[in-house]
Amino acid sequence: MDIIIESLPRLLHGTFITIQITALSVFIGFCMAIPLAIIRVSGRRILSLPVYAFTFYFRGTPLLVQIFLIYYGSGQFQVFLASVGIWPLFQSAWFCAVLALTLNTAAYSTEIFRGGIQGVPAGEIEAARACGMSGMRLYQRIIIPRAIRIAWPAYTNEVIFLLQASSLVSIITVMDLTGVAREIAARSFAFYEIYIFAAVLYIIVVYGVLWAFKRIETRMNAYLRMEITG
Amino acid sequence: MFDLQGYGPLLLQGAKLTIYVGVCSMVIAIGLGLLGVLGQLSKSPVVRFLVTTYTTVVRGIPELVLILLVYYGVPTLIQDISAAAGSPVYVALDPFVSGTATIGFIYGAFSTEVFRGAYLAVPRGQIEAARACGMSGALTFRRITLPQMMRYALPGLGNVWMVLIKATALISVIQLPELMRSADIAAKNTRMPFTFFFAASLIYLAITIISNIVQQWAEKRTSRGVRRA
Repeated sequence: MDIIIESLPRLLHGTFITIQITALSVFIGFCMAIPLAIIRVSGRRILSLPVYAFTFYFRGTPLLVQIFLIYYGSGQFQVFLASVGIWPLFQSAWFCAVLALTLNTAAYSTEIFRGGIQGVPAGEIEAARACGMSGMRLYQRIIIPRAIRIAWPAYTNEVIFLLQASSLVSIITVMDLTGVAREIAARSFAFYEIYIFAAVLYIIVVYGVLWAFKRIETRMNAYLRMEITG
Repeated sequence: MFDLQGYGPLLLQGAKLTIYVGVCSMVIAIGLGLLGVLGQLSKSPVVRFLVTTYTTVVRGIPELVLILLVYYGVPTLIQDISAAAGSPVYVALDPFVSGTATIGFIYGAFSTEVFRGAYLAVPRGQIEAARACGMSGALTFRRITLPQMMRYALPGLGNVWMVLIKATALISVIQLPELMRSADIAAKNTRMPFTFFFAASLIYLAITIISNIVQQWAEKRTSRGVRRA
């Protein structure tokens, strides 16, 4: 027990890094996924095919391979990356971790939001067109807000998955919660105490995020709540 | 760039082990999933509580943490307990056994949820009819509920398999020479990390594509009895 109390500050800092990396990847991934999903349903083959290839590759391969490809694999292109001036970025495990997680979640979210967009009732789109909306405005005002509401439960799952998957960044030496736990465990031999405590911290964060996303869901769908009268 | 420098066979061997680990874990996961759904239907509140705790806790913990916990934690826990009991024993777990068991244990929780949904999808009347024909609870489950559940469970189980086979890559962390670990070894020896990790990713992709085809075939087969409009 002493070892847990002693290393609590470091474990909490690790938890912070886990949340930071996840939040950053989820945010950037979300910003990428919406336009990619729109391209994916656009029906323009030249545009939608590359997006499909991107989501297919990142959904079909393990995240660990993607992390290794970016962190270790970039070494094979050192000369080129250095000539463009971005080599120092790829030397940072933190940057590679965020890049891999971002691309991964962008791929999954694109498919989730594609489903959401395709789930928007045709009548609503027709109504919007009848009101004179088209193109950008139609997407911005009608399709996207509705698609996000439809896709939200699936998107919540994706965020939870990413939060847990972020533990993989410890393998490339990022000191997230798992990374800190592994280091303390290896040095103190208190394997089960530390890992169980780390697991408890993960459960708290996971169910906290789940609760927050459910709150957002209720908020977004507030207009659907039926008013009970008399 | 795609000169594998003689490491091709090593990768293929790793791929074989990956599939083997995946199939073994999936069998465990399906077994645990069926047990889990039976537990959720149980009349005993203790059993129901245990199953709910299992699915809730396991789905809240990252796979990697559980793999490390089982591989490093369980032997030390046994050693500590046995030492406290006065007869210390030395235990070491085999990476294959502990990795497969952990992955199976994790995805057992996910398949419990899949089976639960499938169970609820079987019309009540079918079970009542079976009881009326004089079948016992166990016989009803085996003859009536289970075959129909499989039809509803198959898409969900297919998804579990797709996630599971990718999760087996994590067992490389405890040194099991599956596909990921083999690629790592080849990458270190040849100093061509991109080539080998990319090759490994293509093998995973191939596994995913083949699984997709098999899933579609299986779904067609299990719904032979369903009338289509």
